[in-house]
Amino acid sequence: MQDIAEIERELMASVTAAVDLDGLEAARVAALGKKGRLSGMMRGLGQMDPDERKQVAPALNQLKDSLSEAIEARRAELRRAELEARLAEERVDVSLPVRPEPEGRIHPISQVMDEIAEIFADMGFAIAEGPDIEDDFHNFTALNIPEEHPARQMMDTFYLNEREDGSRMVLRTHTSPVQIRTMESKKPPHRIVIPGRTFRSDSDQTHTPMFHQVEGLVIDKSTHMGHLKGTLEAFARAFFELDEVRIRFRPSHFPFTEPSAEVDIGCAFDKGQIRIGEGEDWLEILGCGMVHPKVLQAVGLDPDEWQGFAWGMGIDRIAMLKYGIPDLRAFFETDLRWLHHYGFVPLDVPTLGGGLSR
Amino acid sequence: MKLTLSWLKEHLETDADLQTVVDKLTDIGLEVEEVIDRAAELAPFTVAHVVSAEQHPNADKLRVCIVDTGTEQVQVVCGAPNARTGMKGVFAPSGTTIPGTGLHLKPTNIRGVDSNGMLCSEREMGLSDDHEGIIDLPADAKVGEPFAALMGLGDPVIDIAITPNRQDCLGVHGIARDLAAAGLGRLKTLDIKPVPGDFDSPIGVDLDFPADRTGDCPMFAGRLIRGVKNGPSPKWLQDKLLAIGLRPISTLVDITNYVTYDLNRPLHVFDADKLKGNLRVHPGIKGESLLALDGKEYPLDPEICAISDDSGPVSLGGIMGGETTGCTEETVNVFVEAALFDPVRTAASGRRLNILSDARYRFERGVDPSFVVTGMEAATRLIMDLCGGTPSHLVVSGKEPGWKRTVTLRPHRVAQLTGIEVPEPEMVRILGELGFEANANGGDYRVSVPPWRNDVDAEADLIEDISRIYGFDKLPTETLPRLDAVARPTLTPIQKRVRTARRALAGRGMMEAVTWSFLPREQARLFGGGDDQLVLANPISSDLDTMRPSILPNLIAAAGRNMDRGFANVALFEVGPQYADDSPTGQAIVAAGIRRGDTAGRHWAAGGRPVDTFDAKADALATLAACGAPVQSLQVQPGAADWYHPGRSGALQLGPKNVLAWFGDVHPAVLDAMDVKGPLVAFELFLANIPTPKGRATTTRPPLDISDLQAVERDFAFVVDAGTSADQLIRAARGADKALIADVQVFDVYEGERIGAGKKSIAISVRLEPREKTLTDAEIDAIGQKVVAQIAKATGGELRN
Repeated sequence: MQDIAEIERELMASVTAAVDLDGLEAARVAALGKKGRLSGMMRGLGQMDPDERKQVAPALNQLKDSLSEAIEARRAELRRAELEARLAEERVDVSLPVRPEPEGRIHPISQVMDEIAEIFADMGFAIAEGPDIEDDFHNFTALNIPEEHPARQMMDTFYLNEREDGSRMVLRTHTSPVQIRTMESKKPPHRIVIPGRTFRSDSDQTHTPMFHQVEGLVIDKSTHMGHLKGTLEAFARAFFELDEVRIRFRPSHFPFTEPSAEVDIGCAFDKGQIRIGEGEDWLEILGCGMVHPKVLQAVGLDPDEWQGFAWGMGIDRIAMLKYGIPDLRAFFETDLRWLHHYGFVPLDVPTLGGGLSR
Repeated sequence: MKLTLSWLKEHLETDADLQTVVDKLTDIGLEVEEVIDRAAELAPFTVAHVVSAEQHPNADKLRVCIVDTGTEQVQVVCGAPNARTGMKGVFAPSGTTIPGTGLHLKPTNIRGVDSNGMLCSEREMGLSDDHEGIIDLPADAKVGEPFAALMGLGDPVIDIAITPNRQDCLGVHGIARDLAAAGLGRLKTLDIKPVPGDFDSPIGVDLDFPADRTGDCPMFAGRLIRGVKNGPSPKWLQDKLLAIGLRPISTLVDITNYVTYDLNRPLHVFDADKLKGNLRVHPGIKGESLLALDGKEYPLDPEICAISDDSGPVSLGGIMGGETTGCTEETVNVFVEAALFDPVRTAASGRRLNILSDARYRFERGVDPSFVVTGMEAATRLIMDLCGGTPSHLVVSGKEPGWKRTVTLRPHRVAQLTGIEVPEPEMVRILGELGFEANANGGDYRVSVPPWRNDVDAEADLIEDISRIYGFDKLPTETLPRLDAVARPTLTPIQKRVRTARRALAGRGMMEAVTWSFLPREQARLFGGGDDQLVLANPISSDLDTMRPSILPNLIAAAGRNMDRGFANVALFEVGPQYADDSPTGQAIVAAGIRRGDTAGRHWAAGGRPVDTFDAKADALATLAACGAPVQSLQVQPGAADWYHPGRSGALQLGPKNVLAWFGDVHPAVLDAMDVKGPLVAFELFLANIPTPKGRATTTRPPLDISDLQAVERDFAFVVDAGTSADQLIRAARGADKALIADVQVFDVYEGERIGAGKKSIAISVRLEPREKTLTDAEIDAIGQKVVAQIAKATGGELRN
């Protein structure tokens, strides 16, 4: 029988000599496999007399343990080396562009409508909507704009073809008919904002035949023009995301409100740019007033009991002001480059808590 | 409405300067649109004396001038041929900007000679196009004086936007009245004394209307003035008219314009020698026509208020006079008209004939009914002063219509409606200054309305006047009372769906478009619309003349425009209205989208593929799911509306009738008609058709029911008739064991030779999720057999070998 120490040296050498995992496995099988050298020697223990076995068995067991240990150690070493070799091989050009993920956009009009709804929801206003194709009564008569009133001509109304009975439907020239529809169908008090499409026969640099308006209506027993001012100031601060905004009420005339006012917002005109909240200039942003008694009467409310205010402004226009969008007509041209540039990513959901815009 | 500052001060005694007047006008609701202050603009330019003008040593066409500006003598090189020693001209010093050219003057050296400043031409001063030479001022012009004053340009022009209710401010006097009430001075009383007539007018006036039309012209005052001398009007009158943008014509015509703007009293002057017989005011006669002062011929009809003499029509009442009977420089005998015309008829006729005139503008808003005769006297006085002549007695037909009315003012209502606390005496003062008369009556006031305020007939009108004059700057700022400590949700289910659909689709990589509600009629017809009922009578252009029956044509057209710009892959959507008829219920809110081209552009690792039907179906399904539709219960029916490819489109519906969405390839013929190349797929989702969950929704989720036991997947392939839908197969497989089968996926579809004509193979993967114990092979096989049996029963499909 060979000296165990000699055998250990040989087996250990075969482990160390293995240059890869396959070689190491071969060495392991050669030593510890069923037909392996060490296994054979272990089997030989049975034929030994007890004294000899007592002496050899522990030595063989110890050899088996240390060999196993050495194999595991060598395996770890080879694995590490193999991984290192692989890592040295594996390289990508990380500057390559990622797989395309088309980015959608929300149109600025929708975004601003959501912002407005968010602000007014906080002030307790519900959203009301109504049809774009209106009858004469809701668009004009109920709003104290009688036939042949000069204000009707001012509005450049689009008419649909005459019906058989001679009446003509109109494309609503303002969102105000929804005031009437709301007051007709529901009992006061009312606190609503009305966003939507509006139409006037006008097309030039600053006018499009279709545009968007939002208007507000409050009807109760005590709301006066001071509340109107407070509401609009609060809105302007929230919408333009400024701590202070100057607001000016100028007397004006609308058939459906009295007293009526146009509202200017403080701004600076600077090299063709308008900066809200700065400077000494004024920019008209909306019209408003106390709901005209004749409008209240048209929907069966007693003007001595009910009162309130209404205001209306252009959504497209305040979107242009807030986000510095230069051309109204481009809103409706569906140019992908414009939508990508001025649109909003879908996760930009305006909230009061998180701020209306990023 | 334009006026000049000095003209205003003829009616308003005030020390206020221009800026104060302008600010106050805006503050009280007379919005100043523009102030043209030529005096301020031309302030640096003064009268100068050319002491000497000598030939430039190095240039034939230039002269070297020594100019005395009144404060110093400067050297100026001048190219004007008329520059000469001793003349007076307009001097622009270095540092100024020339208004007509925008040139900024600097000290310079021209061909070796220093030049400081410039002698200006009319064009350079922005006065005319004349650039033949420099302005040659009269010899008596005072050196150093502002040039603007010398030219009568010293009077700033104020342009005011008068709101339609304030017809009384279409004259300078009315504006002065408002300013006086607002504390800016004292309104000067008009001093118009009647002019005694010398003879009876041979020309009479007959108001010839049927009983229901007498309102057309309730009153007509006329007067003949004999022996006038017409001709160019004096400079003061011409300057006034020019300043407000009117062209001086002749003294008589200029007087009518002056009185119109000064007193808001429109007038007309006939050349009496061109009139035949009496004037008759009457409903126009069809077939007749009038050549009006603007040189155009207008047809008459009974809806128009006409004025005729024995020869036929001579004027359009309240709108414009006739050319043949108008005054010229040769007019010697003039017949002056001051009348009242009905606002509604004037507006309707003016609009129909498309005539804009100062008279129409005023009559359609309503003029002071009490001022007809006074206006006539003012005009008579001016004519006699400027043209001489002898006036007849007045001819007055009809009578002043009643205008007296009183309105009750409850003083507490002012604060109640506006929030402004106006002291009662101040209310009375303001009303008084505006011409009202407020008489205390118990705690209220009985307020008489002046004749020029036809807009006032109720208490709210008085409150408006009181508050605007008292000042909107005194409006308090108050917050609406909060209804809830934390605001409640305000969106309706539909409004929420609209919002969700937008963000869901944008989240899928689509661009949101907002397109017109109208489109070309031929496109409407391609999408099931274009009925007469939805065609605009007055479209902005012929390609925007019909209300859209669908959003798709607009999106397809937009895809075409973007393709023309080189963007071949387009994904667009719009959430907006479409119109089935002209009733409120004919309008539906739809989320529609298109994809065109490839799913993505070229890429090194993952190129796109052409879009197909299932991209559109995925958009529709994802949006429906986002909007809370019960997508598990949706049925897919083949085929959609006519504008889809009949074999490559489908409907997502609940039950046989409720279609929630269409999707599919757009019909090739539709794309051809719109000249847009495919592949182009689309969907339309009808947001209102999604059922609203019944009852009160709970925020509690159902408990999670899962098992830790290993799931098993088994694959099957079936041969079915080509017409069998995958949906049928999936439903049958699911039905085989509703408890254990958690999912069925189609992983292969094959049609071709190996299967045979009229057949196809559908391969499915069935996922079993055991709940109580791991499944044995026998149990799995049993379920497999049930799947095969169910599918055979439902579709006739056989297991593929």
